[in-house]
Amino acid sequence: MLFDRFDPLKGERLEIMDKDGRVNEELRPDLSDERIKELYVRMSVMRLADRTALNLQREGRMGTYAPVYGQEASQASAAFLGKEDWLVPSYRESGALFMRGVSLSGIYRYWMGDERGLIGIKDLRVLPIEVVVGSQPLHAVGVSWAMKLRGIKSVAAVYFGDGATSEGSFHEAMNFAGVFNTPTVFICQNNQFAISVPRKVQTRSKSIAQKANAYGFKGIQIYGNDIMAVYAAMKEAMSDAREGRGPRLIEMLTYRFGPHTTADDPTKYRDAAELEKNKPFDPLIRLRLYLSGRGMWSEEEEYEIMDAAKAEVEKAVAIAESAPPPEPSDIFHNTWKREHPYLKRQEDEMLALLRETEGGAPNA
Amino acid sequence: MPKLNIVSAINLALDREMGKNDKVVIIGEDVGREGGVFRVTDGLQEKYGPERVIDTPLSEGGITGTALGLAVGGMLPVAEIQFEGFMYLALDQIANQMARYRSRSRGQYPINLVLRLPWGGGIRAPEHHSDSPEAVLVNTPGITVVQPSNPYDAKGLMTAALRYGDPIIYCEPKRIYRAIKAEVPDEDYEVPIGKAAVAREGTDLTIVAWGAMMREAMKAAEELSADGASAEVIDLRTISPMDSDTIIDSVKKTGRLLVTHEAPRTGGIGAEIAVRVYGEAFTSLLAPIERVTGYDAVMPLFKLEDYYLPNAKKIIAGARKILRY
Repeated sequence: MLFDRFDPLKGERLEIMDKDGRVNEELRPDLSDERIKELYVRMSVMRLADRTALNLQREGRMGTYAPVYGQEASQASAAFLGKEDWLVPSYRESGALFMRGVSLSGIYRYWMGDERGLIGIKDLRVLPIEVVVGSQPLHAVGVSWAMKLRGIKSVAAVYFGDGATSEGSFHEAMNFAGVFNTPTVFICQNNQFAISVPRKVQTRSKSIAQKANAYGFKGIQIYGNDIMAVYAAMKEAMSDAREGRGPRLIEMLTYRFGPHTTADDPTKYRDAAELEKNKPFDPLIRLRLYLSGRGMWSEEEEYEIMDAAKAEVEKAVAIAESAPPPEPSDIFHNTWKREHPYLKRQEDEMLALLRETEGGAPNA
Repeated sequence: MPKLNIVSAINLALDREMGKNDKVVIIGEDVGREGGVFRVTDGLQEKYGPERVIDTPLSEGGITGTALGLAVGGMLPVAEIQFEGFMYLALDQIANQMARYRSRSRGQYPINLVLRLPWGGGIRAPEHHSDSPEAVLVNTPGITVVQPSNPYDAKGLMTAALRYGDPIIYCEPKRIYRAIKAEVPDEDYEVPIGKAAVAREGTDLTIVAWGAMMREAMKAAEELSADGASAEVIDLRTISPMDSDTIIDSVKKTGRLLVTHEAPRTGGIGAEIAVRVYGEAFTSLLAPIERVTGYDAVMPLFKLEDYYLPNAKKIIAGARKILRY
């Protein structure tokens, strides 16, 4: 059992495929080469989609966006959830949402400032994007607790970063999960930075994974750029949680190649040399090397993959940009279940003003 | 018909709804064996088991945040925070999360839950056990806030809250938890959420109150009638979203308004009511609107709490001022 064998308190970490694509055969999980290839292709689309979002923001076609560049293998963990499981994301989860089946155009539309982009997530058992750092682990514990109380075998996997582990609500969630033995899998993508503040300033603990011990369940630290380690740890964690063996914490060590969001400049707080040092650990490079060694990847084929990715991403952008803007009166709906008269009056007031200004936003 | 106090009326509402709907679960500190610090959930764990009446770790944020998740997962949680002063520890989950979940998900994830909070002063308690921070919640769209003032409404509002489909903060006036006994029907009924009640009809002055202040307002109205002044008393019952139409209709008739609440004056609910009345009943007003409230000072420990809190005497003084204007 990986969670026992790789004890974070002993400083152990799980790595199966190294940066050069070499696999530790003793640890090789039951992941076929075809499946690995498929994951590689999806992760390539994810990377292009992510870079496209960043570019769209630079061109003024999208709002603030939190890129996942460098974290593609960790984000791909979402592919290892069952249909009946729940995915509870933070704001840096475009890749995880994409892997879960949320449409790229919907994700774009959300970051273009329209909540309606995420309509449909409920069918995928995905919770809304959480922007407050560290608030959502409690929701994951609650939803998985409900599954347990209702006798439904379903796990909630919750995503957050290293910064979130300093929030009280993260610890409250870990504690409740331990006490009520909820089927929750905590996924910490430790990308080394909370905006500009490095991981060592978040905690004096040697690892984030070891924090699980304090709450009476198991944690593991893995190399989050290694898709095989991600798969193996997820498989065990999800099955442990599902079978009532307890919640699990997976710390995925990764590295944010890009900025925190489109609103910051990482060169202010991070050495170019450090970034360069981390580049060879790119989750896609090792997959290319691995697949090429198995005769399943070539440069010509990469062009095909990228052409298809480009078509998919461009289509998503076009759909997102052609989505009709929401009706102004939509502001007044969905805050409350029932219409209330004073709010209705405010809606009428705004609509009357709109008529006077011939449809232009009164503040524009 | 049995005569019940507010504590047993809420208990009865929970009991009946738990019997009808197996998705209802109670979570909180000491809600199980102890039956809650005010005994509101007394006997429910014994009756429905520890899977439905669940003692939790001591963590207001944890209780509130997991309650939201439980609601997403199809349960109907009734979560208890022991005293209103500890609500602030859960404020991220209340204001940033449960208030916005419906909107954030464009209606995909309605949050159907009740958060119970013993509310207000007058019980000789330590610090943080006597406040009335409802204004914080009223400025948070998406949160529905109710507070009963009598056992009948306590049961009917709780029953309605459990069937409402939005997050409801159910404030319990702890000072009158056991002070009033009234007939409470055992059968199913709801007190509508979003509707104020005219508790006493009158012609010269409108007094608006809720929770424990209702008793003081009614006392004041009684005494004012000896002066020959007829006061109409409105029990707000739902603090947000507020039924200002009932108040405005009343002021159009009486021409005078006094609002009383335990919370500090500035930015309190009285200010909101006053502005709505000025806006819609300005020409009916015969005097400025009077507020009889807690002061813009920290709620003191109990040696001084009776000076701080509004009471019938202060309401009468305020009423006379606007009656003489």
